[in-house]
Amino acid sequence: MTAVWTTIGVLTLVSATIKATGPVLVGGRELPRWATRIIALLAPALLAALVVVDTFADGKSLVIDARAAGLAAAAIAVALRAPIIVVILLAAAVTALVRAVS
Amino acid sequence: MRAGIRAGLPLVLPTFAIGLSFGVLAVSLHWDPAAPIVMSLVVFSGSAQFASTSVLGDGGTVLAAVLAATLVNLRFLPMGIAAAPAFKGGPLRRAAEGQTLVDASWALANDEGRFDRGILIGATLPQFVGWVGGTIVGAVAGSAIGDPKELGLDAMFPAFFLVLLAPELRNRRSLEVAIGGAALALALVPIVPPGLPIVAASAAAVMGALRQ
Repeated sequence: MTAVWTTIGVLTLVSATIKATGPVLVGGRELPRWATRIIALLAPALLAALVVVDTFADGKSLVIDARAAGLAAAAIAVALRAPIIVVILLAAAVTALVRAVS
Repeated sequence: MRAGIRAGLPLVLPTFAIGLSFGVLAVSLHWDPAAPIVMSLVVFSGSAQFASTSVLGDGGTVLAAVLAATLVNLRFLPMGIAAAPAFKGGPLRRAAEGQTLVDASWALANDEGRFDRGILIGATLPQFVGWVGGTIVGAVAGSAIGDPKELGLDAMFPAFFLVLLAPELRNRRSLEVAIGGAALALALVPIVPPGLPIVAASAAAVMGALRQ
């Protein structure tokens, strides 16, 4: 249990430092143009990575499992412009369904 | 701020669900129920909490657990630099406001590289409530809930990120960068520790900007 509480303590400090670094170092300055060009493209790069890693990674292996079916259903719902909450619930429902029958 | 809270409301359910999974996981490892709850309050980062908890659960050391979570959270460096101009005040206040950085709020507040402070901070509030609330229920009810995976709760976040990604895909350059980032991250999953593939996807944004 000591290990758990130590981890929580250290992680709190590390995590807070990481999140504070950008806002403190950059301050309120406007970023140079080359930087804003990269930043505008960070969203598609990081979001796409989050989507595929959350769907296809299981630890250090790549797998196609029930989550892929859930994501496919979500993609169809997004294409049909369904509200966010519908997309999220549909992904969970389809994933649960595929897990239940497989 | 109010617009941010409204934008973050659809996230209460998924953050509650994932927080619940986290609480259940922690007590299944025989943690004191207070530990996951405190962790969600002070660390407030799903991916980092899952990473460090699974390392400890596998018998890893404190150092290994902290390292895993740090790698997972490193993406907040580029995200924090990007969002920095939006925050207000002196260094202390900026450091405090920076704590509201989470993936979903960052993406919601992002308007082609400019960030809206009200949405950045506002959208995090409902997620904090959902995250901590879910952890409390998971930690207290624990094994009575069963396996949250059976409910498909782990598919909620990728689905949400897909919603945020979709409008980006209409622009040709963003589409190319998204494909590049996804391919890079997937290629790195088997090779590098969890978390780093997401950070490395930033390289796709750099390459996309260089080609402009």
